[in-house]
Amino acid sequence: MIDTLVAIALGFGFGFVLERAGFGSSCKLTAQFRLTDWSVFKVMFSAIVFTAVGLYILEQLGWVQAARMYVPEPYLWAMAAGGALIGVGFAVGGYCPGTSAVGLMTGRLDAVVFFIGLFIGTFAFAGLFAQLDALTTSGEITTGDRLPQVLGMPEWLLLILLVVAAVGVFFLGDWFERRARLAGRA
Amino acid sequence: MNTPSVCEPPGSQAYWPAWVAGPLLGIVLLLTFILTGHGLGATGFTTRVTAWLGGEVAPRWTLANDYLGPMIEDGSVLSSWITWEVLGVFAGAFFSARLARRMAWRIEGAATSGTVGRLLKALAGGILAGFGARISAGCTSGVGLSGAAVLGVSGFVFLISFFISGLIAARLTGGGVK
Repeated sequence: MIDTLVAIALGFGFGFVLERAGFGSSCKLTAQFRLTDWSVFKVMFSAIVFTAVGLYILEQLGWVQAARMYVPEPYLWAMAAGGALIGVGFAVGGYCPGTSAVGLMTGRLDAVVFFIGLFIGTFAFAGLFAQLDALTTSGEITTGDRLPQVLGMPEWLLLILLVVAAVGVFFLGDWFERRARLAGRA
Repeated sequence: MNTPSVCEPPGSQAYWPAWVAGPLLGIVLLLTFILTGHGLGATGFTTRVTAWLGGEVAPRWTLANDYLGPMIEDGSVLSSWITWEVLGVFAGAFFSARLARRMAWRIEGAATSGTVGRLLKALAGGILAGFGARISAGCTSGVGLSGAAVLGVSGFVFLISFFISGLIAARLTGGGVK
């Protein structure tokens, strides 16, 4: 029961923030790929860095155990293939799965149709599962599942680099957005 | 400060700037890891619903399917965490849009692609994303965002591939939804 309420509350926060960021809009989302609106890069990157730094600090304080956190399996080719297909789906359809859930709740019929497509895509995958099973675990990295181990870099140093990169993404994005506004494209 | 983008419906509040939305999304994600030990997701839900739908419409095929069959034997859709999380996403998005007066029936991109064209593109995109998310065992939320937040190699590989392919595909298909 409590787990259910926690799930609903966290999902509520997720959906609320995504909608506020403008991520229920396929127009705003795909403006990232036109490089006229960098909100997707900026929001995702800063959220990732915020959480990564937060977890690191909380672990140093002994409040959380990082080893207990779920890390996806490091299947390189599976991730690259899935990411590529979802990227193309994003560019063509205007959403990714999570943002289509946001878009459909705000009255966007294109998001409803995208969401229905997810089920069809899942059925198609299930139908071809015998052929695709091997791909879902291909390209396993054996040195570890997290970047600090794989790169052989201390976690604090990697986090500093990520913070710098996030700041860089904001500056780069602002530059592109200004350029697009001047050209009258945003 | 931030000028409203061309994508905002007239009469609605401006979207949050990225430097507000990003850290707030980070707070939600960090809380999720602290409270549950895992991140946020989306296609875990649609996949379970697919298994359930299959079980209702074509029970014999679905149960015999090596991918969906075990999911049905796993229990009902309502017994999984991700289902309630996504129901929360629906509610959060709804309330946010209502409060910001952004609620309206519309088809974004219909002006440039035509209604049928835009909906066909949305369907194709959804099919590709639903299919792809099963290969990587997660989508932009579950693997990209959540995986990268715990510094998982998977998350970064996923995101790099996602953005590069998206940029190329947008170039080749007329620049996304306008």
